[in-house]
Amino acid sequence: MSFDFVRHRFKFYALSLALIVPGVLSLLLPGGIRPGIDFSSGTIMTVRFEGPVEQTVLREALDDLGHSEAIVQRSDNNSYVIRLRAFEQALTETIETGGRSERQVIVAGLTERFGPVEVLSLDSVSPIVATETVWYSMLAVAAASVGILLYLWWAFRRVPHPVRFGACAVAALVHEALLLLGVFSILGRLFGIEVDSLFISATLTVIGFAVHDTITVFDRIRENFIRHAGEPIEDIINHSLAQTLVRSLSTGMCVILTLVALYLFGGVTIRNFILALLIGIVAGTYGSIFNASMLLYSWEHGELGNFFRRFTGRRGIPARAT
Amino acid sequence: MRNRWRLLITAVLTLIGLAVVWPRYPGNFIPGGEFLPGSPGVNLQLGSYRFQREGATLGLDLQGGTHLVLLADMSKAPGQDQAEVLRGVIQVLERRVNAYGVAEPLIQTQGTDRVIVELPGVKDIEEAKKLIGQTAQLDFRERDPATGEWKVAVATGLDGEPKELTGKYFRPNAQVVFDQRGGSQPQVAFEFDDEGAHLFEQLTRRLIGQPLGIFLDNQVISAPTVQAVISRNGVITGVRLQEARTLAIQLNAGAVPVPISIIEERTVDATLGSDSVRKSIVAGGVSFVIVALFMIMAYRLPGLVATVALFIYAVLTLAVFILVPVTLTLAGIAGFILSVGMAVDANILIFERMREELRWGKTLGAAVEAGFDRAWSSVFDANVTTLITCGLLYWFGQQFGASVIQGFALTLAIGVAISLFSAVFTTRSLLRAIIGSSWTHNPVLFGSEIPEPVMPVAPSRSVRLSQRGAPS
Repeated sequence: MSFDFVRHRFKFYALSLALIVPGVLSLLLPGGIRPGIDFSSGTIMTVRFEGPVEQTVLREALDDLGHSEAIVQRSDNNSYVIRLRAFEQALTETIETGGRSERQVIVAGLTERFGPVEVLSLDSVSPIVATETVWYSMLAVAAASVGILLYLWWAFRRVPHPVRFGACAVAALVHEALLLLGVFSILGRLFGIEVDSLFISATLTVIGFAVHDTITVFDRIRENFIRHAGEPIEDIINHSLAQTLVRSLSTGMCVILTLVALYLFGGVTIRNFILALLIGIVAGTYGSIFNASMLLYSWEHGELGNFFRRFTGRRGIPARAT
Repeated sequence: MRNRWRLLITAVLTLIGLAVVWPRYPGNFIPGGEFLPGSPGVNLQLGSYRFQREGATLGLDLQGGTHLVLLADMSKAPGQDQAEVLRGVIQVLERRVNAYGVAEPLIQTQGTDRVIVELPGVKDIEEAKKLIGQTAQLDFRERDPATGEWKVAVATGLDGEPKELTGKYFRPNAQVVFDQRGGSQPQVAFEFDDEGAHLFEQLTRRLIGQPLGIFLDNQVISAPTVQAVISRNGVITGVRLQEARTLAIQLNAGAVPVPISIIEERTVDATLGSDSVRKSIVAGGVSFVIVALFMIMAYRLPGLVATVALFIYAVLTLAVFILVPVTLTLAGIAGFILSVGMAVDANILIFERMREELRWGKTLGAAVEAGFDRAWSSVFDANVTTLITCGLLYWFGQQFGASVIQGFALTLAIGVAISLFSAVFTTRSLLRAIIGSSWTHNPVLFGSEIPEPVMPVAPSRSVRLSQRGAPS
């Protein structure tokens, strides 16, 4: 139990860095993240046929119907997920010309070839909406970070340097958000998992949960600061971490078990959402123990300042750059 | 004595919650539960206030239906109050959707030029789209002398061609005015453009003393008797104030054909929706059992108490969802199930603290009280940040009409708020009641024999530590 977390902090930093490097690289390379239709616009249709239909035949049929861009994916028995560009849906014109909508053309065309088709679900998002969603998503995540920073600053106002508590919590959550994005970028490359607006919800929930966790640790540090005034800060942080470790793991465990149950038994529609929550919450539990508190120590200990000074100092001496 | 009141409050709230939550057809939710009596639902009447709920309000993704976001092309209505134009569009949509016979449709504005339309249970979406997509058609009709049926009035246009008199010739400035002579009766004043004025003059000359039908989308909205020849300006009388206001909006909407296009569409089949509901219930049940087992194994007696509190939490939260009502979506249910996992966090914090206090030699009663008091600040801080995130999520969802995300944020926020009650108030009163009996005074039941995490100290600093003295 009496583990010296602080002494091993550089190992934790290295581990945290190592965890996000593959994901960040994947993010930076072209096609970093696979945007779902919420962000990139388009149409996703789930259709069910009465009898078996070959994937390639369906693909050709859609080509015939003028949708060469269609991507067809088998879902379960006789069901397919079809991805298309966003439908042009100027309602008034279609009706005035007596024409059929794009959807009707597709459904009629498929019925003609393969028999009755049932449209189980259809989502179509136009580019106007998609662009706005991207914008609001970024805004929401930024606002959540600022809101949390300000709240922590206020909640820890009685401790010396309260802003450091907020800043360290936010730094830890940026790490978790990057980790989550990185993992989804890699998953996108490997399994074609897309990022949609539910993913943003998951990210925000994870941020909330991670901070929740960090606060519990910080809260104990705050208490021990007052109770053991004058003690060396590494002892206080180590002690606080030891005292809250069981709780962090227990809570993490409960939430993770809940999410696993949701992943296994809940609907397929929200499976990626649950996966994002799962990854984020594991990262959050890790981050509150190994990132936030360690950063706080490094800052209090002056290491953060030294690090940045060294960083800027090196730039000034090109001879040493290699 | 005070604790007895706390227990009573908890019991009463739980019973009310259970009464609200109990399903109408238990067999649908509890396997083999067909023989259980069904709930009559909530049905209260206090004077003119009537409150009725039959169960949870399900979102479109759970009950099946269509969600549309419509964009009104405001460039086709230049120089007009956009809010007014949009209000007119909504009036028209509402009337059409109601005429179509959709149960509990939702039509609301989003921003300055958009309308969200939710049509639960609508499967043939093309029909519905055709219905709502048409621009409002206003026309003037006269009765056919032979059959007595309404037919669209035709007159000779400025170019000598026969023309039907429709809202096309309306200036979109119909408004409610008050007749000064007749004791300030409300009237709707309207104005034609040049062509319309020419047509209307011929028509009113022809129809003096006879009714003139004003039709919006083939439905008569007013049939005043023509009293004088009118060309450019006219008034519609004989309407009540509320009707006059509606009519003015409708006339403007009918006169302003703003093209509408669909910029977002989400359709879910009802079978897919009910499948999701079933799966969510299973997932929720499994989650609850897992969390309960975990808590009892980790914290023993308090864990059992926390499980009871968690059950009360689930019942109360669902009851609030039904009473508010919160529209439950798939993501919303996921948020609720997730909050079950998070709701025990407050208890874990408190129990861990209690264990520490026990190890530090406090008596059971004192340890319980200290556990709750000391853990409160972190429980509170942690939940406030979750509420901040929920607020932002709600805003985020509202900005682009994602009811899915709004639902998730709302359910999570309600969950967090109720968990504060159940984890702190309920657990505390239950624990207090339990430690009143002597058989519970066994530290094993509280799992406090596990060794204490001691504050690790580097050898050079041990002097300092001994000055403080180990907590006894």
